[in-house]
Amino acid sequence: MFYRLSGVHHNSYVSESRLYRIPADRNLALFFLALGLVAPLLVGSLYLNSYLLPWLVWTAAALGLNLVTGWAGQLHLGYAAVMAVGAYSAVHAAKFGIPWEFALLIGGISASVVGSLFAFAALRVKGLYLALTTLAMQFVMDWVLTHSPAISGGSHASLQAPTFALLGQPITSDIGLYYIAFSWCLLVTVFMLNLRRTGLGRALVAVREKDYAAAILGVNSFYYKIVAFATSSFIGGVSGAVLVATFFFLAAPEQFSVTVSIQVLAMVIVGGLGSTIGTFFGVALILLAPGVVNGIVAKGAIALGLQLNVETLAHIPTATYGALIIIILMVEPLGLGKLYGNIRDYLMVWPFDQLKR
Amino acid sequence: MDLILLAELAVNGVLTGLLYSLFAIGLVLIYKASSVPNLSQGGLTMAGAYVVLALAHDMGLPLWVAIPLAAVVMFVFGMGIERVALRRLAGRPVVMILMMTLGIDIFLRGTTLAIWGGTSRSVDLGVSYEPLFVGDILVSRIHLLGAAVAILLFVVFVLFFRTRLGIRLRAIADDYMASWSVGISVERGVGLSWGLASIVAVSAGIIWGEIQGVDQSLSLLLLKGLTVAVLGGLDSIFGAVLAGIILGIIENVGSAYLDPFVGGGSRDLIMAAVLILTVMLRPHGLFGRTDIERV
Repeated sequence: MFYRLSGVHHNSYVSESRLYRIPADRNLALFFLALGLVAPLLVGSLYLNSYLLPWLVWTAAALGLNLVTGWAGQLHLGYAAVMAVGAYSAVHAAKFGIPWEFALLIGGISASVVGSLFAFAALRVKGLYLALTTLAMQFVMDWVLTHSPAISGGSHASLQAPTFALLGQPITSDIGLYYIAFSWCLLVTVFMLNLRRTGLGRALVAVREKDYAAAILGVNSFYYKIVAFATSSFIGGVSGAVLVATFFFLAAPEQFSVTVSIQVLAMVIVGGLGSTIGTFFGVALILLAPGVVNGIVAKGAIALGLQLNVETLAHIPTATYGALIIIILMVEPLGLGKLYGNIRDYLMVWPFDQLKR
Repeated sequence: MDLILLAELAVNGVLTGLLYSLFAIGLVLIYKASSVPNLSQGGLTMAGAYVVLALAHDMGLPLWVAIPLAAVVMFVFGMGIERVALRRLAGRPVVMILMMTLGIDIFLRGTTLAIWGGTSRSVDLGVSYEPLFVGDILVSRIHLLGAAVAILLFVVFVLFFRTRLGIRLRAIADDYMASWSVGISVERGVGLSWGLASIVAVSAGIIWGEIQGVDQSLSLLLLKGLTVAVLGGLDSIFGAVLAGIILGIIENVGSAYLDPFVGGGSRDLIMAAVLILTVMLRPHGLFGRTDIERV
């Protein structure tokens, strides 16, 4: 615990480019991995499936958006549309009788094909205009979903997902579904953590910082923009499919509307652009805090003997959600990941803060 | 389709389009001064309408007192938003500024509904709903009033930009570094533009609130307002007015022809398509400035 940089010396490139350069970081990560693995034993199935599971799946989805917005610097306000493509194609594939393993893959691939369409907007414009274009594309996708009964599943506009199954074994227990979500989130997290160590990750960062400058350095910025959109859409599509398969159990257009796009972007920005651990925090805050605050207000009103309007209570989560975004951006525009980083850097060298980088 | 129907669709399209311009002028004012895309204009519009309602209905003030009072309240409120939230984000990447305005939008929507409830309320401007016939063409009075307000605001802003204060704002819009160096307070100018945009939001909130009722749907004007602003060029007020007219006609006539084929609801589709096409073909809009980027 004491001065955790002690004894950490790298004298080869291989050790320098390890995923965790400091054992303390690695141990912390392993601790949380173990915590995730034994979570079904620690918490009841209500908490497991209504808080932990959506948190993990949304984290996977938000990490995908972080790839394109945080790493490659391309604004994306149509991410929910991409998730919808993945979710609907996977569910349709599964209903058609294709095993879920391949249905998820089909969902991911079709999402990345549609997501690459968004990339063509990114080749032409960037910044604000890209955000507006992707927003408009989201509206087009919403419209297509709600206006084509063949996709959205008839007059009720909801599509029942077949029971999730792996290797022919149907998975219905709460714990089983939790492990599905957990392993998908783990896969995406490991991918995102390793991105820093790959040529792809460095190229994406170069494109983010300045695409012209990246082009001068020999990084084909068009190519990497398309790769970023396609990869993030694949992650988003599979996450959407996993979300429907393990949490919603049916797909409806409202689950992937423009407000959801904004929500995922809020998760990424509150968490911190380009920060993996921050995304976990950001998703937790945006997903869970409004409900918690609402509970506190409702209890507080009862305790103080105040009579609160039902409508007031119904809109407090929205107000809290907005206020959270504003406060985080005011306090630390780089997000919760940066706040965590500050605390970590301080504790890393703790009694000797003169070594602070 | 016969010509009279087409003419009616077009005339009503122009009027509706001017109402979109009324909304979009607020966006343009802020973008002009600070290059901030104000995605919270929908929330501001909603807040403006609710403030008018609170003053007129809940406190019983007559409308001619309530509306100017609401404009003052919202002016201060808009400047406050800029001072508290936006100023410290100056120079940050656009994604954070976008998110901040989205956060403000969500917050305003949640707070207004938490305070005043979500049921749709009417402003009761006292404009009659009797249809007005101009020749053979049927026109709605409230749309006519709204269009008049939009044109009035446009004229006011054209005149305003010729005053000393307006020239300062124009200088800031042109080059804020240069403005700083000649002693213009850029911060105060940007704050002023937020205040003015909030007043525009009050007027848009009243007119749109009278047409479709004061409720959450007011904040959905954002997509249409954005499309108008982008088509006109994000920093041109004249562009916003003209683009509103063009878009109103396209939307009204287009949806009348398209709706039978696609089963209704093609308005949003047309808006989104126009937005995508504008950005793809001419990102700086009809009258906007093209930016030159340095590596």
